[in-house]
Amino acid sequence: MKLTLNIWRQKGPNHPGRMVKYEMPNVDEHMSFLEMLDVLNEDLIHKGEEPVTFEHDCREGICGCCGFMINGLPHGPQRGTTVCQLHMRQFHDGEELWIEPFRAKAFPVLKDLMVDRGSFDRIIAAGGYVSVNTGCFVDGNAIPIEKQNAEMAMDAAACIGCGACVASCPNASASLFTAAKIAHLGLLPQGQAERDRRAVRMVAQMMEESFGYCTNTGECEALCPKGVKIENIARMNRDYLKAAITYREESAPAGGS
Amino acid sequence: MSTIAVGGINRTALFYQSVIGKKVIMAVTGFILSGFVLGHMIGNLQVFAGPEKFNAYAAFLQGLGPMLWVARIALLAAVGLHIAMAVQLTLLKLDARPQAYVKKSALVSTYAARTMIWSGPIVAAFLIYHLLHLTTGHAHPDFKPGDVYANFITGFKNPAVALFYMVANILLAFHLYHGVWSMFQSLGVSHPRYTPILKRLAQLYGIVIGLGNVAMPMAVLTGILTL
Ligand code: HEM
Ligand code: FES
Repeated sequence: MKLTLNIWRQKGPNHPGRMVKYEMPNVDEHMSFLEMLDVLNEDLIHKGEEPVTFEHDCREGICGCCGFMINGLPHGPQRGTTVCQLHMRQFHDGEELWIEPFRAKAFPVLKDLMVDRGSFDRIIAAGGYVSVNTGCFVDGNAIPIEKQNAEMAMDAAACIGCGACVASCPNASASLFTAAKIAHLGLLPQGQAERDRRAVRMVAQMMEESFGYCTNTGECEALCPKGVKIENIARMNRDYLKAAITYREESAPAGGS
Repeated sequence: MSTIAVGGINRTALFYQSVIGKKVIMAVTGFILSGFVLGHMIGNLQVFAGPEKFNAYAAFLQGLGPMLWVARIALLAAVGLHIAMAVQLTLLKLDARPQAYVKKSALVSTYAARTMIWSGPIVAAFLIYHLLHLTTGHAHPDFKPGDVYANFITGFKNPAVALFYMVANILLAFHLYHGVWSMFQSLGVSHPRYTPILKRLAQLYGIVIGLGNVAMPMAVLTGILTL
């Protein structure tokens, strides 16, 4: 099939970008979207032009590396799918596509379709972990976990950190991403010790990174390739509210006096 | 490892500075205001029961004395806080995406949800006019203190005024259509069993407020209510 692509081209972080039109006369419907871009890049290289930069790694929808906007939707039109798992049969002959990077102040464009999602890493570093003491290991299944909680934690843990939630949000809020981790760990016994601190610090970091706020529009939930639910955001709000009232910062540095 | 650690913190400042704290303030004030608009509408629908009943209701409210002022101050504080949070959060949002999308689609968000920041301020502008119009009378061409029914009829005889009231109340209905559910989510209330019901009830709330409030100026315009 034949497609017309309008792709955002931007040399680097401080360069202005613009849409550039490319004709794709011969797209195979069995290709994935990224394979289609590989073909385009091959072509651009042969012509001596700069190939389109986009991120990818696993190409099987589990690493969270890939992701950009197709016709105004992160990861394109198919629900529950990352762009690496999106196939060209989702499009029709003669279609014109608009392809651009995720846009948020906290996701600066590095080049073309590639953005820097270091802000997500810093939110996780602020509290998205459980501390485990070294020593003798604990027996598997020694800690009872209610089935329902285990499942809800698992659903929240499905987040691959791709950033589609931020990209789809009218306010560029990172609430779904942050809430997914707070819910994942907060639902498990291992996550209780640091639960208050986690909520306070991760939410603070989310603001520090200049993400917007949540207006409960539900766009993120609809577009999340892993189906993470905004119920988790309510859970984050609950955890945060409780922590804001009862939380005490340690008075001595960790490991110290 | 503590480049990102939060230092000694003041609890109130922490809450107030966070996006979640601000949304909680927004939700609580929104809750108070939503409750008020329902009571306000039900009270005013007594206009359909005739001048005596309506004027008696107005006199009853005036007769509350200091209680009336307590309610007024609480409502003004709620409006003030609600607007302050709306402005702060909107500034954050404008800062969060400096470069707009060339193309952006919306999948599930309602029109009401995406236009909260437009329906809100228009309702605020209407609120000021409404107070000057039917409460203090400064913006009323023929204001008779005490004769609330007459002020109501003569006020809405002007089609432009009636139209503004109707438009503002339709926008208020939109605001509530999303807001009344949104406030529960902001406060952390969400459950797969209740959330869908809550969403429906919120939409119904918006629609009822919209219909009720539009009916009153409409009734004057169409001649159903006269002096
Ligand atoms: C009678 C007047 C009003 C009522 C009953 C009302 C009610 C509400 C409610 C219930 C919410 C949901 C709170 C939440 O999501 O946590 C809300 C949100 C909001 N309101 Fe109002 N409001 C009123 C006036 C205003 C005014 C005057 C403004 C603007 C200056 C405004 C701007 C907003 C904004 C921006 C939101 C946030 C939307 C969101 O986060 O989804 N509102 N309002
Ligand atoms: S490349 Fe790993 S999720 Fe798409």
